[in-house]
Amino acid sequence: MKHQLDYLDELEAEAIYILREVAGQFEKPALLFSGGKDSITLVRLAEKAFRPGKFPFPLVHIDTGHNFIETIEYRDAMVKRLGEKLIIGHVQDSIDEGKVVEQKGKNASRNALQTVTLLDTIAKHQFDACIGGARRDEEKARAKERIFSVRDEFGQWDPKRQRPELWNIFNGKIHKGENVRVFPISNWTELDVWNYIRREKIELPSIYFAHKREVITRNGQLMAASPFLNMDEEDIIESRNVRFRTVGDMTCTAAVESYAFHIDDIIEEISASKISERGARMDDKVSEAAMEDRKKGGYF
Amino acid sequence: MDILKFLTAGSVDDGKSTLIGRLLYDSESILADQLEALHRSNRKNDDGSIDLAILTDGLKAEREQGITIDVAYKYFQTDKRKFIIADTPGHIQYTRNMVTGASNANLAIILIDARKGVIEQTIRHSFLVALLGLPQVVVCINKMDMVDYSEEVYDKIVSDYKTLAAKVGLKNVNYIPVSALKGDNIVYPSININWYKGDSLLHFLENVDIEVDDSTAHARFPVQWVIRPQTEELHDYRGYAGRVSSGSFKVNDKVTVLPSGFSSTIDKIELLDEEPAEAFAGMSVTIHLKDEIDISRGDVLVNSQYQPEVSQLIEADLCWMDTRALDTSLTYFIQHNSKVTRCRIQETLYKVNINTLEKEYNEDFKLNDIGRIVIKTAEPLAFDLYQNNKANGGAIIIDSRTNVTVGALMLRATVE
Repeated sequence: MKHQLDYLDELEAEAIYILREVAGQFEKPALLFSGGKDSITLVRLAEKAFRPGKFPFPLVHIDTGHNFIETIEYRDAMVKRLGEKLIIGHVQDSIDEGKVVEQKGKNASRNALQTVTLLDTIAKHQFDACIGGARRDEEKARAKERIFSVRDEFGQWDPKRQRPELWNIFNGKIHKGENVRVFPISNWTELDVWNYIRREKIELPSIYFAHKREVITRNGQLMAASPFLNMDEEDIIESRNVRFRTVGDMTCTAAVESYAFHIDDIIEEISASKISERGARMDDKVSEAAMEDRKKGGYF
Repeated sequence: MDILKFLTAGSVDDGKSTLIGRLLYDSESILADQLEALHRSNRKNDDGSIDLAILTDGLKAEREQGITIDVAYKYFQTDKRKFIIADTPGHIQYTRNMVTGASNANLAIILIDARKGVIEQTIRHSFLVALLGLPQVVVCINKMDMVDYSEEVYDKIVSDYKTLAAKVGLKNVNYIPVSALKGDNIVYPSININWYKGDSLLHFLENVDIEVDDSTAHARFPVQWVIRPQTEELHDYRGYAGRVSSGSFKVNDKVTVLPSGFSSTIDKIELLDEEPAEAFAGMSVTIHLKDEIDISRGDVLVNSQYQPEVSQLIEADLCWMDTRALDTSLTYFIQHNSKVTRCRIQETLYKVNINTLEKEYNEDFKLNDIGRIVIKTAEPLAFDLYQNNKANGGAIIIDSRTNVTVGALMLRATVE
């Protein structure tokens, strides 16, 4: 008898396998939940990996305080439905403690600050593995990162000192103080995630779908008008039909003009897309090597 | 739609980056912002066309040095298939990267520069592809435009390669004359190479058969995690969570737990709310047995009729991957599926000069060295011979001081 798994089944099986390896190999893992579709997909995969048992890890959300309200509502409803533990790390706390300084100027964002809060949260709870929803198709630094990515005690990634990852054997052995970032959906593309969400009928925060919103145009991109965005008289607020392709901080997540009200519309839109997902993230555009530098500094 | 994972072996000089770039570009797998970055770049070919190699450029550190440090993964899809490319550097100092990339691939593309023919590097790459047991190989004879699309040149290289393939033991080898730079036979059939009647590279990749034979002969299920909710309503629930590494399991199959040797029968197979009657290779499921047996992570369920080797003394091929040489007096860890135990390299039998394929007899295994050893493990391993079953025949060695993965093992025989 010959068999070949359908691609979504294969990606799903691989991700479940990786999640179970985390459970089996680590003492105190955590699943980083951002409210975005990738981490929502991870939660679904965790259900497939561990139900009817409990998740062998809590969900951890690093809250910049500048989130879309829809994301927070979604998060709280989801945690309630799952009956799992949620730990929140507040960027505001890091600011109040004087560990980081709020950026100034028009393009100010708390996106870069969350690395400090993340590292503090990891240290406080002594997490030895953090599961994240990053994918290799997002960006070329990510394309080279391992599925089990060892970080030193400063959270740093060293691209030259990565462990070889052979077959489906993941080496999670670490020293005290180190931790491992684990990316179960490394091999998925944006389209794969959307197709999976459709197949599994997973509910998403409403901002992924087209809606009317007040936006301003900045550096050629549509940004949601909000109290968190530093605006001046040059910024003109318009009402447009938009949706968001990623869910991050309100100050650095650009919207795209869209009439995709249903998931089928979104999949069609992405299939014919002219701009990749991270192209809508202002934080990656700052320099060509932006992501590589941030990862070395402990970012996801 | 299924997934084909392939490895590209060759160096920048052979036009490997251009080949991958061409595959992505001509199959319209490049998005607008990436395309914009491509056009914005100052790097151009001599004739002014865009340098497609930019598409596979990696990290800042690599661009500065003009090299590829590591395995980079690229993704694209057509209407027929999804593809994952493991792009690995070709130089000898990156042998371990190629071994890593090859361990997860269903197919290898071996690039040969038509002007140079079969060279030392080709021997090395072919040896590694054979060592890792890749089921399919496509030899792309590139830069055909530089040899006036000569059929004679092509035939000579094919004939030379056939000799090499026989020597290293490669089966299922296909040959395609291409020019990645000009786009001949990459996505579209070439008008310049009218004497070649075969597939273009992409057409071949879309149609090559990669289905695995998963008869019960190799039914293997390494247990990763035991699900025990221990709630009131699920008081007796005990499910073994794992991924079928090879073969297939059905409800009512008689299974044996190794290394303990206890037997039972499959009661139920679960995947969340579904209860499939069969779980085959690649599926992550939860298995329930009819009897209560002590099973934990590191154990493997196998079909009772077809049992693997169980041994603590094993002959294996070793690829050494660390800058610190192998120390036969040290105790290392070995990780095989979900099992980790201590081990020692008891004996080094020989090394292979991977450029000439000659055996060498010295004990010194340094970075990128490959050869045959005998390993002794603290606990017995339930394994298959790598040549018969890759999924249950590969293992890694971990340095107990640094925790780094320092070796790849292909288990070849039980030592009596």
